[in-house]
Amino acid sequence: MSLMLTEKMGGPELGNFALALACCLAGAQAILPLIGAQRRDARLMALAPALAVGQLVALAASFLCLVGAAVSDDFSVQNVADNSAVAKPLLYKITGVWGNHEGSVLLWALILGLCGAAVAAFGRNLPSALRARVIAVLGGVSAGFQLFCLLTSNPFQRIWPAPMDGQGMNPLLQDPGLAFHPPILYTGYVGFAVPFAFAIAALIEGRVDAAWGRWVRPWAVAAWCFLTCGIALGSWWSYYVLGWGGYWFWDPVENASLIPWLTGTALVHSAIVVEKREALKIWTVLLAIGTFSFSLSGTFLVRSGILNSVHAFANDPARGIFILALLALVIGGSLALFAVRAPMLTAGGLFAPVSREGLLVLNNILLCSICAVVVTGTMYPPFMSLLFGKTISVGKPFFDATAAPLAIPLFAFMAIGPMAPWKRAALWPVLRRLWWAAIASLIAFAVATFSMSGVLPVLATGFAVWVIAASITDITDRIGLFRLSPAQSLSRARFLPRAAFGAALAHAGAGISVLGLAAMSQAQHRIVEVQTGTTEHLAGYDWTLRDVHDEPGPNYQAIVATIDVRRHGHLVTTLRPSKRDFASQHQTTTEVSIHTNLMSDLYGVLGDRHGSGAAATYVLRLHYNPLAPWMWLGALVMAIGGALSLSDRRVRVGAPRRARTTVAEAA
Amino acid sequence: MTRKSRRLWLVCACVLGLGAAAGLTLNAFSSNIVFFMAPSQVRAHPPGADRTIRLGGMVVAGSVTRTHEGETPIAQFDVTDGQAAVRVRYAGILPDLFREGQSVVAVGTVGPNGAFTASEVLAKHDETYMPKEVAEALRASGKWDPKYGKAPDAASWDTMTVKDARHDLAAARGPKDGQAE
Repeated sequence: MSLMLTEKMGGPELGNFALALACCLAGAQAILPLIGAQRRDARLMALAPALAVGQLVALAASFLCLVGAAVSDDFSVQNVADNSAVAKPLLYKITGVWGNHEGSVLLWALILGLCGAAVAAFGRNLPSALRARVIAVLGGVSAGFQLFCLLTSNPFQRIWPAPMDGQGMNPLLQDPGLAFHPPILYTGYVGFAVPFAFAIAALIEGRVDAAWGRWVRPWAVAAWCFLTCGIALGSWWSYYVLGWGGYWFWDPVENASLIPWLTGTALVHSAIVVEKREALKIWTVLLAIGTFSFSLSGTFLVRSGILNSVHAFANDPARGIFILALLALVIGGSLALFAVRAPMLTAGGLFAPVSREGLLVLNNILLCSICAVVVTGTMYPPFMSLLFGKTISVGKPFFDATAAPLAIPLFAFMAIGPMAPWKRAALWPVLRRLWWAAIASLIAFAVATFSMSGVLPVLATGFAVWVIAASITDITDRIGLFRLSPAQSLSRARFLPRAAFGAALAHAGAGISVLGLAAMSQAQHRIVEVQTGTTEHLAGYDWTLRDVHDEPGPNYQAIVATIDVRRHGHLVTTLRPSKRDFASQHQTTTEVSIHTNLMSDLYGVLGDRHGSGAAATYVLRLHYNPLAPWMWLGALVMAIGGALSLSDRRVRVGAPRRARTTVAEAA
Repeated sequence: MTRKSRRLWLVCACVLGLGAAAGLTLNAFSSNIVFFMAPSQVRAHPPGADRTIRLGGMVVAGSVTRTHEGETPIAQFDVTDGQAAVRVRYAGILPDLFREGQSVVAVGTVGPNGAFTASEVLAKHDETYMPKEVAEALRASGKWDPKYGKAPDAASWDTMTVKDARHDLAAARGPKDGQAE
């Protein structure tokens, strides 16, 4: 049946053709609307949305062909033969499509095509010239990457003779968490292409105004939400799959996603200033260019093998040259355009250093400083090895010592920002409104000082509580809770813009994540080698290894341990960590067992077996991870906050009519 | 607030922010950089006992011993680059992909007696993949050059390195220990 499916869809050749067609359409999309916008030719400009949708349809067809080839086990396709096997479960045959270099590039292109079509669909209220230019820029980027896909990493390459079975996938990647991590992360990365395109279009037009800020911000917020979720999902995956009890390794690939997140967060904030006060225009345009440039370099420098990392599945220098040329073209070209055109943008409204704008500027400075530190730490080792032949590495201690001290003031001011008035503010009245937040955070400081070791976790705890409490204060203040009658408060809450709730929620989410991080620095673990029946003590719990037995799996052999965890004699949970031996791949994987009650994780890992029979001993790794789930929960709350502010009527992607008329008049 | 004074404020704030970032970075670089060393380099120039390094090479076949102190499991093994071998002591669970005769990276410190105490042992995701730094160290030691084709597979590494490495190890430990081996 599945064979019929591919027959019907035409197989890999159709996929290849569709990809080439998409590339041609993208090329046309890059050129024609741009000419149209320059000559004010309405017909040429009207081509833009049609081409964007056409490109998406062609890309989707191409992607479906690849999925079809993977599902129907067409091993005459090199990519499928290398990464799939008959015995692989259906879900992983589908998700395995983007678990390798060629497939992931195609997915990347597909999401970029989706962005172009989304601008075409939701941007009906944009001025037609701006819309044409935005879609054209997206088309140009698309064309470049589809060319890369076609010329250097074609997923539809055939092999002859076709093998009977594929080589299968790395068992570590056979995991639902990893299956959905790349699409979400890529949507985040690629989503920043839209603000980038808006920035380039604005530079070509030579005009940035409040309306531009209002149009660009929802796209930036949407991309930011996806990137936040993608990073959190990746971190969660490494926590429960790799079995080290760690959640962030400061690996170059992880840093490559953190860097655009930091500048993207700055962009989301600086665009507010453009929208409300028409200030920071040049800076916001630069941030939009920078964020997408970091996304591009992040995804592709990693793939070219320039950064040495466990994540890189393609270490091919031939691709590297193409990628470097493409990056130089996109980043260099946009920065050159910026250098020529930015001076044309007029400076906007004035503001005092202490004001909402001033605090947003501070936010941007601190975020960019953190970003600079992370970039330095990530790029220094490859440059040292390139220039001086020295192999060094920069790990957690470096980033702890540099990024954390910069994040502390960021959190200190984060609480004040949303409450400070625009233009000119006095610090004292704002602080006076935060009195109970201050008390809450002082209590948190005091508690943390006694219960936590290390200066940084104590400071982080205090400021995290400060931010969460301030977010609550902000909302209760605005709706007049405890000040007005409950009915009045409710009606105020109903009319309060959703963006205000969104901002407060996102800030609280950041606080929750930091609380989780601070508590995780106090995690305890023990590594023991014991016989069955032994009881260990860790963090007030008694861990008893009750039994270890063999269990056959579909394509592996497992040994499973049963660990009873008791507190004061009461059974809390039974952990069943296991080790799986995949004979066909000569690989062993560790299956962690985690029990969570949202306040802490009990985390058990089974290591090697020594000896045999009744005298056999087993190595166990036991972890007590306080507040571990809060790290990812906080990220989810941040993303929900972003989504909530997206649903606000005022920032709806289809921009309000009034803005359109003012721009039309200005034009 | 004039445009000029606002600009002054902004420049000051930026300089302060980036200055702090630069200061912190330089400070961290002086103490938190971890150098990669091959076993022969460790033998030739032992780093200070307080200096964390990454030691990379191949695990000598037949060198892995497992004991325990109390309930803590201790693994010991030799890491070689074909010229010299270093004994590594590690308290903990060895990673799933740890194999004798395959590449490994150990993070830790060199003690006064020349033994290496690892706080972390890394073996890569894929058994056919060799860490770039290990490959580089092997090339430097003259055991394998990428110019002459693919890296030798694990089995041939066993026979190729065991004798040399044992010899060097015996020499490094002095005659008495060497005979005991």
